Amino acid sequence: MKVFVAEIEVMPRKEILDPQGKAIALGLANLGLEGVQEVRMGKHIQLQLQATDEAEAVQKTEAACRQLLVNAIMEDFTFQLHPQQG
Amino acid sequence: MNLPSLETAQKLGLLPEEFAYIQEILGRQPNFTELSAYAAMWSEHCSYKNSILWLKKLPKSSPRMLAEAGQENAGLVDIGGGLACAFKIESHNHPSALEPYQGAATGVGGINRDIFTMGARPIAQMNTLRFGDLSLARTRYLLRGVVKGIGDYGNAFGVPTVAGELFFDECYNTNPLVNAFSAGIVETGKIASAIAYGAGNPVFIVGSATGKDGIHGAAFASKDLTESSIDDLPAVQVGDPFQEKLLLEASLEVIASGAVVGIQDMGAAGIICSTSEMSAKGQHGMRINLDKVPLRQANMQAWEILLSESQERMLVVGQKGREAEIEAIFEKWDLHAVQIGEVIEGGRLEFFQNGEQVADLPAESLVLGGGAPVYTREYQEPAYYQTFKKFNIEEVPQPGPEELPQIARFLLAHPNICSRRWVYEQYDSMVGTVNANTNAPADAAVVWIKPPQGGLATKALVMSVDCNGRHVHADPEIGTMMAVCESARNVVCAGGEPVAITNNLNFGNPYNPEVYWQFVGAIQGMIKACEKLGTPVTGGNVSFYNQSSTVGKDGGNVSNAVFPTPTIGMLGLLDDPAHRMSLHFKAEDDFIYLIGEALNDLAGSEYLYSYRQIKASPPPAFDLDTEYRLQEVLKILIRNGLLQSAHDLSEGGLWVALAESAMPLSLGFQVKSFLKLRPDAFWFGENASRVLVSVHPHQKEAFEDTMEKADFAYALLGRVGGAAMGVDGQTWLTIAEAQDLYNQALGQWMEG
Amino acid sequence: MKFAVLVFPGSNCDDDLVYVLREIMGQSVVKIWHKDHDLQGAEVVMVPGGFAYGDYLRAGAIARFSPIMREVAAHAQRGGYVWGICNGFQILTEAGLLEGALLRNLSRQYICKNIYLRTLSTQTLLTRQLDSSKAYCIPMAHGEGRYYAPMNILKKLQDQDQILFQYCEADGSVSEAANLNGSLLNIAGICNPARNVFGMMPHPERAADEMLGNTDGRLFFESLLGTLLEKV
Repeated sequence: MKVFVAEIEVMPRKEILDPQGKAIALGLANLGLEGVQEVRMGKHIQLQLQATDEAEAVQKTEAACRQLLVNAIMEDFTFQLHPQQG
Repeated sequence: MNLPSLETAQKLGLLPEEFAYIQEILGRQPNFTELSAYAAMWSEHCSYKNSILWLKKLPKSSPRMLAEAGQENAGLVDIGGGLACAFKIESHNHPSALEPYQGAATGVGGINRDIFTMGARPIAQMNTLRFGDLSLARTRYLLRGVVKGIGDYGNAFGVPTVAGELFFDECYNTNPLVNAFSAGIVETGKIASAIAYGAGNPVFIVGSATGKDGIHGAAFASKDLTESSIDDLPAVQVGDPFQEKLLLEASLEVIASGAVVGIQDMGAAGIICSTSEMSAKGQHGMRINLDKVPLRQANMQAWEILLSESQERMLVVGQKGREAEIEAIFEKWDLHAVQIGEVIEGGRLEFFQNGEQVADLPAESLVLGGGAPVYTREYQEPAYYQTFKKFNIEEVPQPGPEELPQIARFLLAHPNICSRRWVYEQYDSMVGTVNANTNAPADAAVVWIKPPQGGLATKALVMSVDCNGRHVHADPEIGTMMAVCESARNVVCAGGEPVAITNNLNFGNPYNPEVYWQFVGAIQGMIKACEKLGTPVTGGNVSFYNQSSTVGKDGGNVSNAVFPTPTIGMLGLLDDPAHRMSLHFKAEDDFIYLIGEALNDLAGSEYLYSYRQIKASPPPAFDLDTEYRLQEVLKILIRNGLLQSAHDLSEGGLWVALAESAMPLSLGFQVKSFLKLRPDAFWFGENASRVLVSVHPHQKEAFEDTMEKADFAYALLGRVGGAAMGVDGQTWLTIAEAQDLYNQALGQWMEG
Repeated sequence: MKFAVLVFPGSNCDDDLVYVLREIMGQSVVKIWHKDHDLQGAEVVMVPGGFAYGDYLRAGAIARFSPIMREVAAHAQRGGYVWGICNGFQILTEAGLLEGALLRNLSRQYICKNIYLRTLSTQTLLTRQLDSSKAYCIPMAHGEGRYYAPMNILKKLQDQDQILFQYCEADGSVSEAANLNGSLLNIAGICNPARNVFGMMPHPERAADEMLGNTDGRLFFESLLGTLLEKV
């Protein structure tokens, strides 16, 4: 068994309204920071998992995303896997 | 471009005769944009085509009515002192089944927009929720999401959620019901209308940008016609309470400025709905340039823009020459009012995109009350109705004395009876500092009305939402009468005078004659009860197709539809704060009375259904005249200051009413049955038109005199006092045990 | 006494404060829009509850950059009084006018209910007339109210008597069960070292009207007014 670290990005799906991103863009504009647009806000989730190889780690991470971490109706996800250091 | 065929029209949900009628109206073949507009506007949701014939029979008039049902976004009632109350209930059942959090949140958003587009500031919200079997994980997922959605939206929007209803039954397993109610206050001189007139007046779109939200049906039909990608259709509409709060403040400010001719919320069918309804009402038309509409997604087709149901948007018709003033008000609130067109003479809606006319429609032909179709549906009594009537109480096992405390516990902890605090503590019930129930619970919400002109509050709205769908299912006419009466009784028990109702009619597939029979029965019951109580129907919402399977041309089996659930939202008034009444016992030694008759009746009770598992029974005994007389005598008792508490009997009967009166101040009681009835019927039966009251010893005589004069049934049950809940000499539970059971039950289901 | 009630986009307890101050306490009140630059001579600045900027990103994070907040900081610097309630407390911590932060409730749920507060320090104008042996019944209504600060700050708050209120039982005892949001040391409200900026999560303005059946919160306003009037 090897230990992998998964870095998961969860973002609101691009076609869906993101009220948080919109409010942040407004806040930045009111702050006088010009030219900021299309702010979208998501989540970063980091987890460690044990797997025999990278393929299994991918499979486990996808399962975690689909079953719990991500609301597939509203969110998309991407992730990167790397072996744990040391 | 090819003009769409009948097949496309059918994919859009139109009937062949409707397609033919559209061609007749236009005098030509419609293009796809126009056809989509008709399909959306003639959908059940917008046109009420399968219900309007019956809805028209509902009583609508009263001297207090400022707008009749269907005239405006919500009902409008004169409450005196130069003020009016706008109130309405609306469903978001299907979106909540798909994504409970956003579905419920956008439902709250929609109903509040209906209120503030009339110029009224929402001051209180309620909701009624129906879910399936609570032991299912899916039910708990839906409940958790819906409650969080209502909370997050309502809390941020800043209007208190003051009351509600929650009921579980397996008939709602697939189709939960989420009905949201809002009430607002407006000065009678500042009421805004959903109308467009005055050629040359500017038409603005305000609020969020428009995305491809809520256009699935049309998108599917369009597949072979356009380049539009199904992939970029949002599966869910996302609500933004922050945007809604800004829209509220900006809308009220712009209405108060007098620069506005008319204003309407964009709900179902988006731009096409608001442009056509406002134009038809003002007997004008509009010329709209769709290129001006701010878009959230790229490359939107004309029909997508017209039909989009993106949230938190308004259509505003302004006075020509005051455009800058209107724009400045919205800018102040970080919103953009974008002029997308103008009002024109004649009744046509002309839409342009990329310099070309993409649709040209008579506004009147699209709307309810205009050209929208109206259907008579057939109905047929289902077989179960007669079967249920054969219920015989003698076939129900009688509990012995040792089993009674066990039943008492079962009922207090039952999901349909136990405390709803797990739900309502997630709602801000106190923002606005108008909720009188925080420190004195009552059968109905009591909400003080702060005068918009300033000064102290001296009057209150008194409101309740009610419906026992199980009773309506067993007998739609009687069950609906009971729902209207219960909501009025709750208002009266809180010290209010019932004034008017709004309704949310949740049913299965109207094309199923047995479902439609339930619908017709419910309307007939509502007519009778509303006429008797003098509470007209100010409007509301019809939600059909709450059915797990609609296969077959008969619209599926009546048994896979939800219980017919015509939720009643009753509005009442309290003109004198001294007349306010709460439900809990106040002091040791007060006398406890039951007002109304105890009968040997178990029909329709939670005890029979859940404890005895007998599901086939008619509703509990009910008589409309008796109910009317009960409410009249209660008003006299309360106004003469003869009661310390008043609590309506409903699910769980006399026992649960006693326990709920005892728990708030931890005051126990000793009571005795006064009739030789079956003990389960006496303590757990639910025959209607009964109220539990407590009376101060000094007022015992005056109370009894009043009851004798009114010649209404009443009986002494016992007295308040001690830490025990004593029934016929036996301690069923201590107050502390009851509180534990009652207060924790729902939380234990939800948090495990 | 002149009060300024700030209004941010998304504030929703501003009118409740105006009602209590004007109609019940009989004070002069101005509402001030967050884009304004002038406190109009107010002696006490109220930062109300609500969801400024929707509480998106972090509660109070965006609001602290509003133009009026510069004036509020200057007012506080001059020794003027500032009182933030609920979202107002969150904004004041984000703005650095009060120490610590308010995190999501431990239950991860929004909680709205009556709770009890105990007064720890009576050495401020806001708390001078409160009884430290009594538990006051005051509503709470928030999803992000768990007070947090690093150990060194907590110690400083204690050493300098900056903790104004703690969550407690009805009898005034401080318990974990009464600490519904999971705040460190049950902290419900604090002041700055100069003792002129106050922040608290619970809402005394929701318990200041006889018509609502609870006037415990009114004592907070009376204490502030009484001590201020005394000073004049």
